[in-house]
Amino acid sequence: MIEVQNVTRYFGRVMAVNDVSFEVAKGEILGFLGPNAAGKTTTMRVLTTYLPATKGTAKVAGFDVHDQSMEVRKRIGYLPENPPLYQEMRVRDYLDFVAKIKQVEPKNRKKAVDEALGKTGTTNVDNRVIKTLSKGYKQRVGLAQALVHNPDVLILDEPTVGLDPKQIIEVRELIKSLAGDHTIILSTHILPEVSMTCERVVIIDKGKVVAEDSPDNLTKKLSGSMRFKVVVDAPRDQVEEKLRSLPGIKKVIPANAPGEKKLSTLLVEGQGKEEIRPVLVKSIIENGWNLYELTPEGMSLEDVFLHLTTKEEEPVQ
Amino acid sequence: MRKFLAIYNREVKSYFSSPIAYIIIGLFLLITGVFYYLIVTSFVQYCMRADMQAQYYRMAPPKLNVNVMAIRNLFQNMSLFMSFFLPMITMRLYSDEKKTGTIELLMTSPITNLQSILGKFSAAVTLFLAMLAFTSVYMILLFIYGNPELGPVLTGYLGLFLLGSSYIAFGVFFSTLTDNQIIAAASTFVFILFFWAIGWVSAMVSPGLGHVLSSFSLIEHFEDFAKGVLDTKHIVYYLSFITMGLFLSFVSIESSRWRGR
Ligand SMILES: Nc1ncnc2c1ncn2[C@@H]1O[C@H](COP(=O)(O)OP(=O)(O)OP(=O)(O)O)[C@@H](O)[C@H]1O
Ligand SMILES: [Mg+2]
Repeated sequence: MIEVQNVTRYFGRVMAVNDVSFEVAKGEILGFLGPNAAGKTTTMRVLTTYLPATKGTAKVAGFDVHDQSMEVRKRIGYLPENPPLYQEMRVRDYLDFVAKIKQVEPKNRKKAVDEALGKTGTTNVDNRVIKTLSKGYKQRVGLAQALVHNPDVLILDEPTVGLDPKQIIEVRELIKSLAGDHTIILSTHILPEVSMTCERVVIIDKGKVVAEDSPDNLTKKLSGSMRFKVVVDAPRDQVEEKLRSLPGIKKVIPANAPGEKKLSTLLVEGQGKEEIRPVLVKSIIENGWNLYELTPEGMSLEDVFLHLTTKEEEPVQ
Repeated sequence: MRKFLAIYNREVKSYFSSPIAYIIIGLFLLITGVFYYLIVTSFVQYCMRADMQAQYYRMAPPKLNVNVMAIRNLFQNMSLFMSFFLPMITMRLYSDEKKTGTIELLMTSPITNLQSILGKFSAAVTLFLAMLAFTSVYMILLFIYGNPELGPVLTGYLGLFLLGSSYIAFGVFFSTLTDNQIIAAASTFVFILFFWAIGWVSAMVSPGLGHVLSSFSLIEHFEDFAKGVLDTKHIVYYLSFITMGLFLSFVSIESSRWRGR
């Protein structure tokens, strides 16, 4: 449904996007993840025909974003970083206007607007002037705007920014429910958002794609080394020092919960795929400590993200 | 066409749903009203004095022309005030969209830049026509209490319409250049002044050069309309001016996509 091929975009001498390629299949939700200034917005703007690429091509539903931009525009709904709202308009009038310029048939327009209001939970504010709405509701109207013409492809730039936790969950559910009928790209730097909503993630940093896979696979691949949570009833410093000196241990990270005084919690990471549990247990017993817990810990997406974007280790394939 | 109308309707509604349109129209009417009053009263006084002189010298009272002495003057004043008020109408057309980010909606929707430019241009022209329509009250009063010729009044209005539309076309262009409304309005105003000034300068330089310069002047072409002369060369001049403004807007929007702002 979406094909991005070697897209590069310069702003003057600044290279915002550097040779980015990826694909999104029909009905899929793709998470577009990256730190600030990674080039997420720029890539999305190229896809939505707002910005031309300096090099490379992109296709949406088989149409080239540059040469057949009108065809592409008919098929996309786009929620930019700042929702594009006419502040002095009423919500319903605004959505009606968007439906007009998105070529919704006049006879279907009222229905389309009602549906967009319903899906985004904004029916109760449909007669309010947009500038009097709270930020969260503005964001929802922005989302309604992207949905109103029932497009094949949705491109959402940080759709949950500014929402309260309950709304965030609702919007995520909404986005999930839209997948299948719609192909969705959503950008974010909130990691749980990606693991909760997306089937696939593209991680981008400094304009380049650094990883691309399902959230599960990404975490698995990176935790090639095993990691365990160890809880012991001894002073943390001592335990940390002792465990660090053991063979085959790469990293020991203190991870006490706040307020936890009696027990020490540590995360221990081994080198390679070797089993480190027997070594750990043996050493703890030998020191006369009591072991309260020893559980495997997968690497969280946060770790993957930091791992990939801070470049302290070699990048993963 | 439907999409052009969508843009047009939204802009017109947004003009009339904010106080700005009413304030601009009101101020324009106020200031032209004041000048109307001054021009007409001084014309009336002049007529009375002329009549008295004629009686004193036992001659027939002179026929003084209200068209030449009052209406033409009024049109010239209006053309000047328009250069001040019309940039305030056009300043927000694109700059506001750039500032609030709604331009991203427009430019990712299946409408062409031409449709959006023409929609916005026409909306501003509509507001301008409303302004002109109100001033017709002044003319109607003159027709009730006097007997001016209709021809020069009509050509005068046609001239004002063309002149104002030229201001608006360039107002649209300057609003595509910046996301700051004040800068958009100020640069439009300066631009208009420049094209007026060409006319003043042309009077000072050698006749050959002066002729060339004055043929570019926005206001030189208006003189004939105010006098009641309808000449296609002036109409063509204004139409090309309008086309130029709209074309530059188009180029500016396209190139801002490449530049990325
Ligand atoms: N219009 C522009 N003119 C100049 N530079 C730009 C422009 N837009 C983006 N950039 C630059 O391109 C780079 C990528 O920006 P982009 O907005 O795509 O990042 P992002 O991943 O969306 O970041 P964020 O998470 O902060 O939204 C940044 O260095 C930014 O300064
Ligand atoms: Mg961004």
